[in-house]
Parts: sequence; structure tokens; C-alpha cells
Amino acid sequence: MIIFESVSKKFGSLPALDNISLDIKQGEFVFIVGPSGAGKSTLLKILTREMLPTNGKVTVNHVDITKIKDRDIPHLRRKVGVVFQDFKLLDDRTVFENVALTLEAQGKADEEIVKMVEHTLKLVEIWDKRNLFPRQLSGGEQQRTAIARAVVGKPDIVLADEPTGDLDPKTAWGVIQLLNEINSWGTTVIMATHNQEIVNTLKRRVIVLKTGKITRDSKEGKYE
Amino acid sequence: MNRSFAFARRNIRRTPFQALAALMIMFLTFLALQVFIILAAGSQAALRYFESKPQVIAFFKEGTTNQDVLAIENALSKETKVTNTKFVSKDEALAIYQEKNKNDPALLELVTANILPVSLEISTKEPQDLAEIAEILKREPVVSDTIVPEDVVQTLTSVTSIIRIVGSITVGFLMIFATLVIVMIIGFKIRLKRNEIEIMRLLGASPSFIRNPFILEGIFYGVAGAALAWSLSYSLLWYFTPFLQGYLGEVGLLPVNFLFMLELLGSSLIAAFIVGSLGSFAAVRRYLKI
Repeated sequence: MIIFESVSKKFGSLPALDNISLDIKQGEFVFIVGPSGAGKSTLLKILTREMLPTNGKVTVNHVDITKIKDRDIPHLRRKVGVVFQDFKLLDDRTVFENVALTLEAQGKADEEIVKMVEHTLKLVEIWDKRNLFPRQLSGGEQQRTAIARAVVGKPDIVLADEPTGDLDPKTAWGVIQLLNEINSWGTTVIMATHNQEIVNTLKRRVIVLKTGKITRDSKEGKYE
Repeated sequence: MNRSFAFARRNIRRTPFQALAALMIMFLTFLALQVFIILAAGSQAALRYFESKPQVIAFFKEGTTNQDVLAIENALSKETKVTNTKFVSKDEALAIYQEKNKNDPALLELVTANILPVSLEISTKEPQDLAEIAEILKREPVVSDTIVPEDVVQTLTSVTSIIRIVGSITVGFLMIFATLVIVMIIGFKIRLKRNEIEIMRLLGASPSFIRNPFILEGIFYGVAGAALAWSLSYSLLWYFTPFLQGYLGEVGLLPVNFLFMLELLGSSLIAAFIVGSLGSFAAVRRYLKI
């Protein structure tokens, strides 16, 4: 489903990714771990075409996304939901409006949007908060809203960049369970994290990055 | 497109002071444009009125007989440049005077037909022939005075020309200024919403989905400003019509033709649409990198 072939990314002379090759199958749950500056966020940004690699080829669903035209990037992004550490919710929109934005951007009809948003907000258990603004929510509720926004369009892949970074351990677990559930529907989840406890408890595939290189790629791996 | 309208409406509603400032600038710009157009059209119509009535009026001395006037009238009718002559008797002169001063009884009481001179109104084919006819009349010993509207035509021609030149320069400057204001306001809003734009991009929004609300917002400021300016200029014109008619009654400019005002509205809206869309397109090109 996702194939990185000898991918490198340099910022000036500094390598962020150095000759990375990996293959992620449909429905996998993959942790990308490693210290700050290891290249985790760069790898995710290449998958959303926020960045182009300096060298190499990246294929998503048999399409080389390094070669697609600018006008096709929105279509790629509709297949890839993104969850951020700082949530990136719009402060002047309610929970419902934030989640609906994904579907509005995709050009869905109003009736369909109402149905899909309601379904997703119930799924992430914040339907009762639908009319509140982000500042009126706790961190966990904001991250659930962000996850709802990422998955409401039924993407093939969900990318989560340090989604538990700003959350207390209990709330973080709630978010992880939610991502786990999303994965159980067949959605591929790729999560960049520093959280050792979560990685070790979930026992999923772990790709370790250090200074832009993959130092370990193990099924049911651990974060050591 | 409906969604773009909804997003544009929300952008405007959530930044009311910026929206008001943009609207006021567009309003003032188009008010100035419409005032200049109304002035130019009015002076042009007045000019046409005077040009269409090239006329010399010769007043005769007291004691001039009808035969004397008839002889002059006959002589003039042989001139190829003269199209028409009209004798105005003392009684007709009084009737004209009474009509012009019907609202001032004090003036009417003092004047009788006897103190008014008889006159002859001579129309020519071309305005430039008026001076020559006036010279012929002045040589007649029975003629006490002549009035030639040539000066009025010349003054009106220069006034119309000045209004056109000053109006074009001012309106041109204001249009450029208005376009730049739209660029500035939309550019500012794009910067203010850069996080939202970034999120929309990552959610898979197409460039047109992101751009259209900003472009519609720019067009709204232009079109709404022009419509408001038209409403005010038409209201003022309508309100002052009775007052202005006292000065321009004979010229027939007022009440202003509604069709002309509709044309003014139509052309203002088109100009506003162009200014709004040009300004917002420029802002989007300059500040919105998708």
C-alpha cells in the first residue's frame, strides 16, 4: 500500500531522511519512533505531499506520489487523514464545524455531511460536545475532535504525529484506544511517537529512526 | 459555489470592522465616480440644450413701430444662416415675465406691459453664426440691446471639458486606490487565516475551494459599496430636484431620467465587480500560496 524506495530528504546539506526503504501494508498499525530530529515528521510530511523527497520514490496505492501534479494533491490528501500533536482545530468553529470542514473541502452534500459527522462524533464519544468551541474542551476532547476530523472522510490511511504528546497518560490511552479501533476497521494507522509505554503495550510494528536512517523495523516490536 | 458564498459570508461576519472599512472605501470611491458621471452628463445635456437653441434676442428702443421690426425681420429672413424669427410683443413679454416670477407677487405688482421692450428672437443653424447676426442687429438704430448665448455655450463647453478631465483623473486614481485597498484587506485576511488555510490544504481542499471565498469577499465589498453609493446619489438627486429645477427648469435636466440612473447603477456594478475581483485576484496570487 505504502512503499518507500531509497528515499532521502536533505535540508541544505543536512540529511533528514537517508536512503529509507520500507513497505507498509493495508490495515497495518505502525509506530515510527526515534529521538527528536530523527526524521519522523519528515517521513509523514512526504506522505501528505507537504514535502518532496530529494531522492527516491514513494508509492501510495500504486501511485508514485512524488510524480503527481499539484492539482492531484488534494485527491491524495483526501485518502490520508492527519492528526497533529497540537490538534490544529479552528478556534472560531464548533466541534461539529471543525469535523464537517473535511467533508466540505471534499465537496460533499450538506445532508451527507450532517449524517457522517454525527456518526463520527458519536463514534469518538463527543457528540454531546458538538456545539462547543475548541477552547471549551479538554485536551483529550480536542484530540478526539481532531481524530474525528481526520477519519470522517473515511481515509485509507491515518497519520498521527505525536498525537499524545500534549496529553496526560490516562487521556493519551483513550486516544490510542480510539486509533486502535480505527485501525480495526481496516484503516492503516501510522503514528510517530516518543511514548515508550504505549508502543510497548500495544505490541505493533515498530520502525525506529535515528538521524534519518531506519535502525530497526520489527513486527510486534518494542521501543527500547 | 454555495459553500464558497457561505464561507465568504462567514469571513465578512466574523471581521465586521475590516468589512465596514472596506465597504466605506468602496462606497466613497463609487460615490465620487457617480457624482462625476452625473455632473458630466448634466453639463453635457445643458450644453446640448443651448447648442440646439442658437438664438439671438434683440430688444428694441421705446417707440419702435411694428413696421420697423417687420422690416428687420424681413431682412433677416433673407439670410441663409437664419432659420427662424419670432416677434415678442410687450404683452407677450409681460406674460413671459409673469410666468418666470409667478412665485414673487411683489415683482409682479411693479411691472406692466408698457415698461417692457418688444423683442425679436432669431434662431440660427449653427451657434457660431450668432455673433454675426448680433452684429447686424446692433447696427440697426432701433435696436437697444442684443443678448447672445454664445458665451454660455463657451463656458459650458469648457466646464464640461474640465469635469471630464478632472473626473477621469480622479475616478481613475480612486479605482486604482480602491483596487489596492481590496488587495490590502484580502491580503491581510489571508495572513490572518493562514492556519485555517493550512488545515484546509491538509484536509484535501482544492485550491478553488480555498481561494473562492476570498475572491467573493472582494467582489462583495466592491458591489455593495457601489450599490450603496448609487442609493445615496439617487436619493440626494431626488431630494434636491425641486430646488435645482428653479435654476435648470428650462434646460429640462430634472427630474433625472430613471433609465439614466439605471444605466449608472449597471455600469457602477460592473466597474465594482471588476475592481473587487481584480483586487482579490491580485491578493490571492500574491499572498495565497497553495
